[in-house]
Amino acid sequence: MEKMARVTTALGGNALTGRTMFCHLDAPANAISVCRDAAQVVVAGRNIFKIYSIEEDQFVEKLNLRVGRKPSLNFSCADVVWHQMDENLLATAATNGVVVTWNLGKPSRNKQDQLFTEHKRTVNKVCFHPTEVYMLLSGSQDGYMKCFDLRKKDSVSTFSGQSESVRDVQFSIRDYFTFAATFENGNVQLWDIRRPDRYERMFTAHNGPVFCCDWHPEDRGWLATGGRDKMVKVWDMNTTRAKEIYCVQTIASVARVKWRPECKHHIATCSMMVDHNIYVWDVRRPFIPSAMFEEHKDVTTGIVWRHLHDPYFLLSGSKDSTLYQHIFKDASQPIDRANPEGLCYSLYGDLAFAAKESLISSDSNRKPYIGDRRHPIFFKRKLDPTEQFEYISSSSALSVFETDMESGSMDWFVHTAKQYALAGRPLAELCDHNAKVAKGLDRNQVAQTWTMLRIIYSSLGTVSSANLNHSMGKGSATLPLMNSFNLKDIPSGLGSESRLDRSKGENRTENILMDSSSTLINNEDNEETEGSDVPADYLLGDVEADEDDLYMMDHENPHAEEQEYSLPQEAFPLRHEIVDNPSALDHLQDKADSPHVSGNEAETVSLTPVESFSLISISHSLYENRLPTDFFNPIVRDTLLFYAEQGDVQTAVSVLIVLGDRIRKEIDEQTQEHWYTSYIDLLQRFQLWNISNEVIKLSTCRAINCLNQASTTLHINCSNCKRPMSNRGWICDRCRQCASMCAVCHHVVKGLFVWCQGCSHGGHLQHIMKWLETSSHCPAGCGHLCWRARYRRSSAAPWSGPTPPSPTPSSCSGSPSPGRSSCAGSPTTRHSLFLRGQ
Amino acid sequence: MNRLGPGPVGSATAASAAGQYRVCGNCRKVPRQEKRVQVSPPLTRGPSAFIPENEVMQANGLDERTNLLVEEYSTSGRLDNITQVMSIHTQYLESFLRSQFYMLRMDGPLPLPYRHYIAIMAAARHQCSYLINMHVDEFLKTGGIAEWLNGLEYIPQRLKNLNEINKLLAHRPWLITKEHIQKLVKTGENNWSLPELVHAVVLLAHYHALASFVFGSGINPERDPDTSNGVRLIAVNNFCVCDLANDNNIENASLTSSNFGITDSLSELEALMERMKRLQEDKEDEEASQEEMATRFEKEKKESLLVISGAFDDEIVSTDVSRYIEDPGFGYKDFARRGEDHLPTFRAQDYTWENHGFSLVNRLYSDIGHLLDEKFRMVYNLTYNTMATHEDVDTTTLRRALFNYVHCMYGIRYDDYDYGEVNQLLERSLKVYIKTVTCYPERTTKRMYDSYWRQFKHSEKVHVNLLLMEARMQAELLYALRAITRHLT
Repeated sequence: MEKMARVTTALGGNALTGRTMFCHLDAPANAISVCRDAAQVVVAGRNIFKIYSIEEDQFVEKLNLRVGRKPSLNFSCADVVWHQMDENLLATAATNGVVVTWNLGKPSRNKQDQLFTEHKRTVNKVCFHPTEVYMLLSGSQDGYMKCFDLRKKDSVSTFSGQSESVRDVQFSIRDYFTFAATFENGNVQLWDIRRPDRYERMFTAHNGPVFCCDWHPEDRGWLATGGRDKMVKVWDMNTTRAKEIYCVQTIASVARVKWRPECKHHIATCSMMVDHNIYVWDVRRPFIPSAMFEEHKDVTTGIVWRHLHDPYFLLSGSKDSTLYQHIFKDASQPIDRANPEGLCYSLYGDLAFAAKESLISSDSNRKPYIGDRRHPIFFKRKLDPTEQFEYISSSSALSVFETDMESGSMDWFVHTAKQYALAGRPLAELCDHNAKVAKGLDRNQVAQTWTMLRIIYSSLGTVSSANLNHSMGKGSATLPLMNSFNLKDIPSGLGSESRLDRSKGENRTENILMDSSSTLINNEDNEETEGSDVPADYLLGDVEADEDDLYMMDHENPHAEEQEYSLPQEAFPLRHEIVDNPSALDHLQDKADSPHVSGNEAETVSLTPVESFSLISISHSLYENRLPTDFFNPIVRDTLLFYAEQGDVQTAVSVLIVLGDRIRKEIDEQTQEHWYTSYIDLLQRFQLWNISNEVIKLSTCRAINCLNQASTTLHINCSNCKRPMSNRGWICDRCRQCASMCAVCHHVVKGLFVWCQGCSHGGHLQHIMKWLETSSHCPAGCGHLCWRARYRRSSAAPWSGPTPPSPTPSSCSGSPSPGRSSCAGSPTTRHSLFLRGQ
Repeated sequence: MNRLGPGPVGSATAASAAGQYRVCGNCRKVPRQEKRVQVSPPLTRGPSAFIPENEVMQANGLDERTNLLVEEYSTSGRLDNITQVMSIHTQYLESFLRSQFYMLRMDGPLPLPYRHYIAIMAAARHQCSYLINMHVDEFLKTGGIAEWLNGLEYIPQRLKNLNEINKLLAHRPWLITKEHIQKLVKTGENNWSLPELVHAVVLLAHYHALASFVFGSGINPERDPDTSNGVRLIAVNNFCVCDLANDNNIENASLTSSNFGITDSLSELEALMERMKRLQEDKEDEEASQEEMATRFEKEKKESLLVISGAFDDEIVSTDVSRYIEDPGFGYKDFARRGEDHLPTFRAQDYTWENHGFSLVNRLYSDIGHLLDEKFRMVYNLTYNTMATHEDVDTTTLRRALFNYVHCMYGIRYDDYDYGEVNQLLERSLKVYIKTVTCYPERTTKRMYDSYWRQFKHSEKVHVNLLLMEARMQAELLYALRAITRHLT
């Protein structure tokens, strides 16, 4: 095993051998640096400053530079660097702000050479010039960088970053005169060593401090930076503006970055806090580290490649007081543990499947991807011929299996989503409406479900005692009605089951769900014949008593209903307007009508009282006596579960919303949440933003409801000067003009304001809509092709008037998702209109 | 220049001081109405007992400030006195409110009533009934269980477990170890998750520090007729006032003997500026050896204990407040005094807010790190380049001295700071004030507030208070977060 791990590399006659090994230090290390010949390493920390030689099998302590009885703070090192030209020369940065140089060639025990006490605060970093022997650079917490000539007593030049503390300084490898400095406020500056008055270039690299940077050893224009924002970024400095070319997201703030020698795209990182591992990333593959060293038990503070031209040996020091040599062969490769398969359904039922190529290669009927939706398609990632290292395992194949056009069509989904009514009317009406919608789309089973729901929930319920009394007398008349009713209206398995239940009282049988397809047919067959024996006269009309009930319920229940809401419902009527037992008879009426009028059109419910008063009450009381509403809940629940299982989460969620509290307690919160999220996700993928928003609003799940409360910030630019609005309200700070002018009519917009996210122009909804019918350019004449950038609609209240109306949370929660994603691009730089909660 | 006339006001208070204090201590058991009659009205109207009302109201950048206050009023439905006093420093106020709003009301690991209860617990450590009252209301409004307000025996064990860390954090944060964290995190059913704990710690530190500000700036109780009709459990109107406005009769020997009125205050100012200038210019002149630097830190630490003698044994804690605290006798004990157990100095460079604290806090309680970071940065860099009547002054050294002096009292040492500067820049009466405000805020008196920097503006003294408050908060956070980090590794 050990032999396996032993590695030998030939580096122009200079061979490096070794294995993974470590040694205990006496104290936590803050930084390490390696000698040019790769045979020695220096470790520095608050209480340690030692040189170790790297032997074949172990580290051997060579020299303790921390001498004296009571070592001064000058020995408390924040950073250490070994000169790459002169192997006797070291420099340290002390926490008290002193820069010290050390000459190992000194005969005395104390090797301290020079002391520069020019910095006022802790020095974070020291750096030797790569080719110049006497040039040393330091960066300090006080915001200054200083360049020292080791032959002189004082600094040669001082560079003021004019911003906050300097965290890292690095000489460029390409340009003799250039160095990069990183700052606590997120900036990176490039300096010319000859010009201390002003930086050459500055850009903001990170959000928060930039802890480290490293120039690419070969590709000379590349600079890698690591920050507290957990990112490693690679910048191409060759262009006039620094361009971010790669970005790796790590899991903790990045303390050090070091390019891996001889590997163009590899970079090693370690973190400042929490995460103790060292990662080696391929920057082109930022999601998974290509190698990982997990030896340390506390934060790694220093990493360095052992030799300038050897990619296999990495040294690291840590707060856990150990010094490690890591060998690449022993690194763990997270990719081995990653799941290399991926599976995803498209909106239209296509299935994509990606897996390791080796697993799929047996598949014979592969076709190249040509964009035709009809065939399974396949394509393969090309290997980069220049990288032999870790890419063997990374080639994968993607297969796409398509469904045929008919069954893949999701038109029904879109139509249903658009047409369903979920709230705002009595339950019976909602059910009828939705049943009709379903029927119109040839979804008979769903239509039947809706109809049944109406029967179950809007016919049952509490009936006033007056009605009960009435019913007693004329019990005999009810039976025929019941029969006809059942025959015709509940032909599905579920329905017939419940009919059984009704006749048998509380006795329920096991098979609740019959095969739904068969019941569908059943239903069609029955349509013509059933129920014809019911005299139409019996069915007319409703009762005043029911109307009373209706209002009575309304007064009794609001509390119970209301406390379920976490939000005031502005845009939609409150759900408790859907009455628990609206006119118990109107379904009876239209069902029984159906022989004449055809099932679903019989919606025209007349609420006028008719003569058949007593009969109706009787049917009420019958239900009441035998079947409480709750009785059906398990069945309804199973129905919903069935639909959800089948993939029709739309029906499940719609029923859930329409029934509200009646069914909510039957289904556990998590399942509901899952349904909601799936449905909302689907809606959004079909770009049905308004509907998804309505669903969010109507949902009673806390987790779903609060989706509307997240990201309620709209960032806006002034339409005149194109700068972010820094003021709350609609007057731009800079140009002192109202930013909410309509680009078409040039009046101030109050109410719905639509604007283009591309050019910031906008105006009245109607005006803009009209304009865009004829032109695709911006009405303001700015030349922007607004038609392409989708106009976004949002209700915004301009504050320009004398009485500024404040935007309510609802106005913002109404903003659709596309806005959200576009805002996320530059959240920090643009104006935010904070709406702080309630 | 509107500074408070120290003469008339001061002596008037002193005269009635002793009696009033006793009344106040006793009357806590007396029905409220009665008490109200007895206690004289606050010395000044407006938000602060120390600062004249018109002083609070006039400040530069009026537009901006009004905007901010309007916004705050519209979001929270009120403008408390803290906000009003802080609004002298508008920039700071904004980040303060944002972070406070976030930790109290936005998404976070802890339920809303918990947050307010923790605030109550924290404020109670310093007997700050102003904050307690405020959060009792909030606690009830957010659906807290009224029974909890009867005292610590009535709260769930889980919250009760927080007592220990609350106590330590408030008075001796350096004693917090990873064992304390473990005790909270690994106790079976009552355990705290790390994000919850971090949230709680942030709240505790925030309210300890805010209590310092409240006492340090003499914040008056809210005049709020609506809420004073018996709903409140604590005597709203009086406790704070008499405690703050009268003189506590603890005249420090050093204080009275100090050059009170002997030196002309203006020449004092000149001298201070001269010293600052010198410090800024010729750093290299006197190169102190490392040993010298170390001893200077020790000296400063030691001296800080002489600043106040512990003559407070007869402290009266009202039952209203004491029900929220355990072990009321536990107080600040000078860091330096503990020769016996010899706690190591906290090296600031080994665990800094920017590098370590931020990363940890932000990881466990997302975004709070950014808000706190902004606040610390803001307060550290806030300057108007003025000192009293002088303009164009670089006050960096002075601000740094204030900040580091607070950390010094908590045993946090900066390697790169020469603690000799503290001695040169901070006069004795100021040190007394700093020590009191940060360590025993409840003992702050108007006399102390008036006795230092007599020629400075009130807004500048508020600025000092802000610095003290944030320095204290950061110190507490650093200790607590370091313990959590150690627990994690």
